[in-house]
Amino acid sequence: MSELKNLKGRKVLIHDMALRDGMHAKREQISTAQMIEIATRLDDAGVPLIQVSHGAGLGGNSLQHGFAMHSNEEYWDAVVPNIKQARISCLLIPGLGTMKELQSAYDHGVRSVHVATHCTEADTSPQHIAYARKLGMDATGFLMMAHLNDAKGLAEQGKLMETYGAQTIYITDSAGYMLPNDVIERVRALREALKPETEIGFHGHHNLGMGIANSIAAIEEGASRIDASVGGLGAGAGNTPLEVFIAVCDRMGIETGCDLFKLMDLTQDVIFPMMDHIVRVDRSSLTLGFVGVYSTFLLHADRAGKKYGIPSRDILVELGRKKMIGGQEDMIEDAAITMARERGILPQAA
Amino acid sequence: MQKIKCAIIGPGNIGTDLIYKLKRSPVLDPVWMVGIDPTSEGLKRAQEMGLKTTDQGVDGLLPHVRADGVQIAFDATSAYVHKSNSDKLNALGVLMVDLTPAAIGGLCVPPVNLETHAKAQAMNVNMISCAGQATIPMVNAVSRIQPVGYAEIIATVSSKSIGPGTRANLDEFTYTTSSAVCAVGGSRTGKALVIINPADPPMIMRNTIYCLTDDEPDQDRIRESVMAMVKEVQKYVPGYRLVNGPVFDGKRVACFMEVAGLGDFLPTYAGNLDIMTAAAARTAEMFATEILAGRYQLTAVKEAA
Repeated sequence: MSELKNLKGRKVLIHDMALRDGMHAKREQISTAQMIEIATRLDDAGVPLIQVSHGAGLGGNSLQHGFAMHSNEEYWDAVVPNIKQARISCLLIPGLGTMKELQSAYDHGVRSVHVATHCTEADTSPQHIAYARKLGMDATGFLMMAHLNDAKGLAEQGKLMETYGAQTIYITDSAGYMLPNDVIERVRALREALKPETEIGFHGHHNLGMGIANSIAAIEEGASRIDASVGGLGAGAGNTPLEVFIAVCDRMGIETGCDLFKLMDLTQDVIFPMMDHIVRVDRSSLTLGFVGVYSTFLLHADRAGKKYGIPSRDILVELGRKKMIGGQEDMIEDAAITMARERGILPQAA
Repeated sequence: MQKIKCAIIGPGNIGTDLIYKLKRSPVLDPVWMVGIDPTSEGLKRAQEMGLKTTDQGVDGLLPHVRADGVQIAFDATSAYVHKSNSDKLNALGVLMVDLTPAAIGGLCVPPVNLETHAKAQAMNVNMISCAGQATIPMVNAVSRIQPVGYAEIIATVSSKSIGPGTRANLDEFTYTTSSAVCAVGGSRTGKALVIINPADPPMIMRNTIYCLTDDEPDQDRIRESVMAMVKEVQKYVPGYRLVNGPVFDGKRVACFMEVAGLGDFLPTYAGNLDIMTAAAARTAEMFATEILAGRYQLTAVKEAA
């Protein structure tokens, strides 16, 4: 690989995911008191954007994705009045969330939205991106499972979202599968396709331990927004761990405006003690990254595996083989039942 | 045997697949295809299949309705133009079968409530959505046994089977399907999720239906009801299949389904297309039988001011 570019003085907008992607790792059970403490400390540490919602975003409360301890509105009402400088954001996946819910998010003080589609299905997002812009929100086109589209295809999808009104296009490595060269060629293709004023973002997962390296690679090629999660609290092996990323940025002279020591303290004092399981690279999350499966499937596969007596790694590999994408959590139990039948654990169907 | 003449509006995936279904019907005869784009592949295909075509929208069809004896029209365009299409054709006494998510007419899922609509002599019936057609029978199969407080359906369709209209208006699809899960499925509250999967080769349509029953589910009776309902749907969509379930987990009843199509216009993976067009054709056949038997008089509906 060529020598790293000098990134000194580059400005990057940090977007924390702990209170949205981290909801997955907590089975959607984060209290409003915890939300307030984490959000205010992120705000105090200078993090400019903080995502707050159900792990699956607007409309996420469901049997498919789990019911959170509180409604999104209750979370926003708890957090928004306590924030001094940061903007609160949310996630909207068309097909799950709707414009009605986006309006409600705006009414409750949310000012930025990731409008997320699978990396080949950008044309399901025009209504939602346009509606966000009409409300005056900061609107991002968020291309999930980006490893499943090549650089040229991803650039075309990003271009579509730009025409709908998206101000930033994200390469979203939902499976934590990408390697730095995968990131570099995709950022480069997007940079060539998009208007100069359209920003590029990168959202990483740490399943192969590449969250930091991939984010730095994205910045080298011109990305100016990075999603990370304090303490790495997020789906799979977690998101790019924010405090580690900030330390690296500080060493490289990349300007984020975030206070490293405050983020370290938040991680150590609050995030680690609240984890139900250690969010790290382990057998299951490494499998996600290795085969390229949606990070959120992790706990669902563990649960289905226990219920039907199938190792969760086997389930995840099968889901990868069947090319399941984000949102298809129902197919995890379905796959586990079918595998249990094939293995003689359950009787064959009538 | 005499057949009822039909027009199809919208020469996309749905409209084209409908031609195949209607041509096989003993009581329906597709004679017109209506489009808006003179260069459209769909209009060319319809022409090759022997239908008259116009690229002037519904207005291009209106002057021919009486002369060609069109009595039933299928709208496979979009929710936004449906009302206007329906008003114009209803005014000429044409019964409208709506395949858009507009839902201005009664919501129809054939094995659940088709007879009710036919008896009510409706002039506009709505087919909800492919997800609705594939899942609502299962919600009903549970709710007819015991009260369901909440039903949730997840429909996953292959990317290749979803046209630009649905993609650009995904919220209408979600709203219409959710409300029909309650209104027709019989649950008190409901939610619909749709996922578009681009896997190649394309995956077959998959649907998961979750019901939360108020009391402990009566497992034997629900299992029996679900199996009976699957057979009802198979009468018009032979590829409708229960893959796993019903799985009982506390008060949650889960059914995991797949829908294979007949492979008329799109290959068999696009069961979502088939379940929509087959349900619409079945609905129209029921009305056509009534019309032919003289039990149902189509009446011109005055256009709303």
